[in-house]
Amino acid sequence: MSLIRATGLRKTFGDFVAVDGIDVEVAAGESFGFLGPNGAGKTSTMRMIGATSPVSGGELTVFGMDPASHASQIKARLGVVPQTDALDEELRVRENLLVYGRYFGLTREQVRARTGPLLEFAQLTEKSDAVVESLSGGMKRRLTIARALINEPSLLLLDEPTTGLDPQARHVLWDRLFRLKRDGVTLVLTTHYMDEAEQLCDRLVVMDHGRIVAEGSPRSLIAQHASREVLELRFDVADHAERVEEVAGIAERVEVLADRLLLYVHDGDGALETVAARGVHPLSALVRRASLEDVFLRLTGRSLIE
Amino acid sequence: MATGTTAAPARHALPFPVAMARPAALVERNLRAARHYWLTFVSGFFEPVFYLFAMGVGIGALVGSVDVDGREIPYAVFVAPAMMATSAMNGAVYDSTGNVFYKLKHSKLYRSVLSTPLRPWDIAAGEISWALLRGLIYSAAFLLVAAVAGFVPSWWALLAIPACTLIGLGFAAVGMAATTYMRSWNDMDYVQLAILPMFLFSATFYPLATYPPALQWVVQATPLYHGVDLVRGLMMGDLHVGLLVHVGYLAVFSALGLWATTRRIGTLLLT
Repeated sequence: MSLIRATGLRKTFGDFVAVDGIDVEVAAGESFGFLGPNGAGKTSTMRMIGATSPVSGGELTVFGMDPASHASQIKARLGVVPQTDALDEELRVRENLLVYGRYFGLTREQVRARTGPLLEFAQLTEKSDAVVESLSGGMKRRLTIARALINEPSLLLLDEPTTGLDPQARHVLWDRLFRLKRDGVTLVLTTHYMDEAEQLCDRLVVMDHGRIVAEGSPRSLIAQHASREVLELRFDVADHAERVEEVAGIAERVEVLADRLLLYVHDGDGALETVAARGVHPLSALVRRASLEDVFLRLTGRSLIE
Repeated sequence: MATGTTAAPARHALPFPVAMARPAALVERNLRAARHYWLTFVSGFFEPVFYLFAMGVGIGALVGSVDVDGREIPYAVFVAPAMMATSAMNGAVYDSTGNVFYKLKHSKLYRSVLSTPLRPWDIAAGEISWALLRGLIYSAAFLLVAAVAGFVPSWWALLAIPACTLIGLGFAAVGMAATTYMRSWNDMDYVQLAILPMFLFSATFYPLATYPPALQWVVQATPLYHGVDLVRGLMMGDLHVGLLVHVGYLAVFSALGLWATTRRIGTLLLT
């Protein structure tokens, strides 16, 4: 059964088109990602799915219901983790969960019973009586996720779940999200981090300027739109375009970035040897596996994070 | 917007306890938050009581009694209902402007609340109910103090408590609607600009007859005048049909505020 089904979905703000006719279907139990740079229309899409933003055009159903007429019913089964935490700073950590549960019409006994395990899950048991303001960024994020789980949602919407967190905090968060996924919670997330999309998503769409430019599993997208490996070459020049000539013919495709050349190749080490054999000596060279970053670059001609 | 308006018909079909369950969750939230700020809560009681003794006892000693419709009334008895009505207004306005503005613009509370099954109407009803509950406690406490001090001649005064709740409803609803239009804390000054003249001139400190006829009309157009006159009639046991006009005026005032608030929250946050 598909939890989310969008056909030709549009969102406009006056003359500005934020989402320009996208088709998306998310099945129960799936981890689905919207990948794209800032302003691609990811958040607008998430807000329409969350029934907090009216649809401007096309069709959208969530749990088979129309958000325009069944907003409260849809929200009752959703967990929402917005881009900014928006925790209730006038309440303590535990109270944030208790009160949020009451918004869903849960009884006091129910919320009390769920609060302990959720604090445990968010690794915040020791902070349960702390003032929200005193929490670190990662803790706040985990509390926001725990709060979104208080109604035991079957679908969790996460808008940029790890933006602004340090690497360690991100890994802790990924681990928590991975547990949810294993427990059968359907995750829908937006991100502009490639590694995040590769870690968490079974399937994703790449968005740019309100449109979907590619769709598939991270692996299939890489196979389809990039090569197996990438050779990165860095030269001591102002403009890397000057050096493209010297590596011509070695790679299936060469991408020129401000600070380096990307050579899309099947065998990175082999290509590096060829480069050396031609007498070309870069300042540094790096062989890596192709990632979604490369897919995005290929599809849009721009990198995700400028 | 579309979500707010289309969801509305279902509300009318619900029995009252169910329909109020969602706003009640927000009231519970405010109660919990207030526990951490209980001092502010307690201070709300003292304002009208201080006014009562400063005006009633202090000024009253100079003024003696006032003439209302040919009756001589001790000044404290005259001014006590006005203080009670005014504090109902002030409390409601305080809760529905500054507090609501903070939640709307700074803490983004309503944005996260709207991710749950609560709708704009539930937010309006919840916030206003909270202001009213708080006002109810203050009104009851004030009435008790005034009665013990001997400023309340009639048992009808008990009805002044629900009357103050109605005054609170009107000002909280309209205050919250006004808050949705505010851009910054500076705009809060406009609230004082509206409140202060009403406090001073709504037949609060001297009878309406003091004004020339033309000005009497102006005073009678303001909501606080209706509140003051209603509470005064009840506290002095002076019942007449005119009180129903006051009730009607305040009911319409409240309904307009509730309607506008619900609409505006939807327009601002469900975009």
